[in-house]
Amino acid sequence: MTQVNSIQVTGLVREFRKGPRAVDGINLSVAPGEIYGFLGPNGAGKSTTVLMLTTLLPPTSGTATVGGFDIVKQGSEVRASIGAALQEAALDQILTGREHLLLQATLQGLGRADRNRRADELLERVGLTEAANRRVGGYSGGMKRRLDLALALVHSPRILFLDEPTTGLDVQSRTALWDEVARLAHEEGMTVFLTTQYLEEADVLADRVGIIDHGNIVAEGTPAQLKAEIGSPSVELTPVDVAEGDRLAELLAGFGESRRDGRGSVTVQLPGGESQLAEIIRVLDQADLHIELLQLHQPSLDDVFLAKTGRKLEGAGEDEEAPVAP
Amino acid sequence: MRRFWSVTRAVAWRSVHNTLVSPAILLPSLIFPLFFLVAFAGGLSRISDVPNFDYGPGYTSFQFVFVFLQSAAFGGVFTGFAVARDFDSGFARRLMLSAPRRSGIIAGYALGALGRWVVTGTVVTIAAVIAGMNVDGNGVQLVGLVGLGLMMNFAAALWACGLAMFLRTEQAGALIQMPVFVAMFLAPVYVPLPLLTGWIHDVARYNPVTKALEAGRGLLAGSPVEVGVAFLALAVAASVLTVFARGGLRSAERAG
Amino acid sequence: MSAVAITVSPPGLLEQVAAVARRSATRTLRQRALLIFPMLFPLILFAINGSALNAATKIPGFPAPTYRDFLLAFPFMQGALFIAVTAGVDIARDIESGYFNRLALTPLRGEAMLIGQLGGAFVTAISQSIVYLLVGIATGVPIKSGVPGAFVLLILATLIAFAFANIGALLALRTGTGEAVQALFPLLFVTLFLSSSSLPRNLIKATWFRDIATYNPVSYLVEGMRSLIIKGWDGQALYLGFGFAIVIGAIALTLASRAMRTRLVRT
Repeated sequence: MTQVNSIQVTGLVREFRKGPRAVDGINLSVAPGEIYGFLGPNGAGKSTTVLMLTTLLPPTSGTATVGGFDIVKQGSEVRASIGAALQEAALDQILTGREHLLLQATLQGLGRADRNRRADELLERVGLTEAANRRVGGYSGGMKRRLDLALALVHSPRILFLDEPTTGLDVQSRTALWDEVARLAHEEGMTVFLTTQYLEEADVLADRVGIIDHGNIVAEGTPAQLKAEIGSPSVELTPVDVAEGDRLAELLAGFGESRRDGRGSVTVQLPGGESQLAEIIRVLDQADLHIELLQLHQPSLDDVFLAKTGRKLEGAGEDEEAPVAP
Repeated sequence: MRRFWSVTRAVAWRSVHNTLVSPAILLPSLIFPLFFLVAFAGGLSRISDVPNFDYGPGYTSFQFVFVFLQSAAFGGVFTGFAVARDFDSGFARRLMLSAPRRSGIIAGYALGALGRWVVTGTVVTIAAVIAGMNVDGNGVQLVGLVGLGLMMNFAAALWACGLAMFLRTEQAGALIQMPVFVAMFLAPVYVPLPLLTGWIHDVARYNPVTKALEAGRGLLAGSPVEVGVAFLALAVAASVLTVFARGGLRSAERAG
Repeated sequence: MSAVAITVSPPGLLEQVAAVARRSATRTLRQRALLIFPMLFPLILFAINGSALNAATKIPGFPAPTYRDFLLAFPFMQGALFIAVTAGVDIARDIESGYFNRLALTPLRGEAMLIGQLGGAFVTAISQSIVYLLVGIATGVPIKSGVPGAFVLLILATLIAFAFANIGALLALRTGTGEAVQALFPLLFVTLFLSSSSLPRNLIKATWFRDIATYNPVSYLVEGMRSLIIKGWDGQALYLGFGFAIVIGAIALTLASRAMRTRLVRT
């Protein structure tokens, strides 16, 4: 039996009155329970894509289904099956965390008996029980993002959209959010569509990554697949005695392509992957050649982006303007 | 002294420039006084038919003096808003770090207020003349009226700058504005002092703004009344408010 | 912790309105400065002008024994203008912060969102009107139409405030920014003064001013409220007052609803 994708996008386009196409005919699919990372610089079209898939912005052309429902013709069904934490942690500074959840629960149609219970459950899950009765205006950035996530989960949606959820957060808050997102997908089977401009976030969190640039998907696959497309890892070795540089190069010649630098260091490609490292060390040990420094270089998603677009991802892109309604 | 003036000039220039290039700031400062002139002189002109209302040049001239002096006072108040905005944006800290003589900052803001009021006062005067205002005073007396406006503007600017420096937030706007507004209106705005009755008569009698209003109306009518007293009252107010403004500056310096 | 099963069914219109209105009212009550200043400022003007313009009662044909009696309707009208701005700014803030999008992702209907958002305005309007009325009575203003008239006055004042709140909402939904709504205030202020709020229309000397006041709907709103205070039961004044309030409210609500549908732009 063929599996119905949670998200299926075909030729999706969004044009604005002024400027080029923000989304230029993208195709993608996300399987149920998958975490899909949508990676790209500012202005690439990530948020515009999310707004269309969450029915807040009509597409110019193309089709998409979310949860099996058409985003244009079945907007209310789509909204009932998704939760979304959009680019700004859209919160009311005057209300408390609990009040936010109760209001959201009411509007999502939870029964009176369920509302308080659900609010308590979500507050505990995101670690905001103690701050629940404080006004959101006094929350830290991390707390606001956690509340944002909780609000998206109130009605137990099957599909979750997260638009740059960790932008501006400290390392601890970011890691905590990653853990929760991973748990939602892997333990509860929630489909997560996550946009990010952080390589590490896509690398660590996403089952599959789509790289978008100027409205087009330029690469798609698992992080490992994408990196393998670009090349193999390499290892850089520096001998304790610079004069041993020649002998080192000779010993490593059998492993893969190598190059040397003026300091006696040798960098060799590992077409067989990291597993070749053990053999290298054994060979060097047998030859009694002492190494001062050993560095393993893995291709990154930034290298993937560079290979596909000619630019590095980090530092690329202009500020993505908020889409303007026609 | 030279450093004091260089700071004063720089701050004043910025104040005037930022107003002139920003319609959102310039237009309200022009439109509100014109509007008051229209509403009071036009809508309330019947008030001059009240028995014992005798002001020779007529109700338009009567109201013009109030609007003229009010625009001067509010010109000073708007400067306080600008100071508060500068603190909110962090620009004030930059000013205090770079100004060799910080008292020049206050003087600069006050001078900027004056520069802006020259524009507003001119526009209001032209409008009143077009509306048929009668001017019975001579050149010297009219200069005296302008002088009252300058003193009013200066005193209000010192109040506004001082309070803005104490509070250092744009949210202080209402607190800056209200006392000036109330002070202006607890005066013979609509009718001469003898025609005020009740508690407001008692308050207006001791209000320095009343002295300025009556002196101004007398100057416009060519029959000056207690002009010296009015200038003295405004000078005393300005002296007290100078101390207040300097206190505000010191408070801002301490806060860093 | 494993999630407990929950049942979800879209709430009815009334429940939606109530939920949003509760939030709006909570926000209003928690921002006391926004509640108190708009209440206080008209009272200050009432106190000052009520005394300063008392000489106007000497004009032949002036319809009240004291100017304060004549002026009591003014704070109600001015309060309504403040409400227009605060209601609009509240909605604009939701749009600017993205909270509007959060609400749009729920089954919340556009009309429920609009009416509910004005819940705060309703709370302000009622509390303001009661305060103005009590201050008026405490300062010796007799309500010629008696206790029933005082209730009718509160109803009319609330209706007017609600109508103007819709104007603020309309501007917020069309522009999406608080600044644009704030810019509305001077315009409303002008329409208040270019009316019969300070003198009866028949006593305004300047013909051009009288003409503007005659065509200005605010004159009839003020005259309707004022008639209950200084005349008693004046059918025509009440008819015009309520009539204009309803027409302004209906037009503003229709346009605001249309603007809400455009702003909500959900598929």
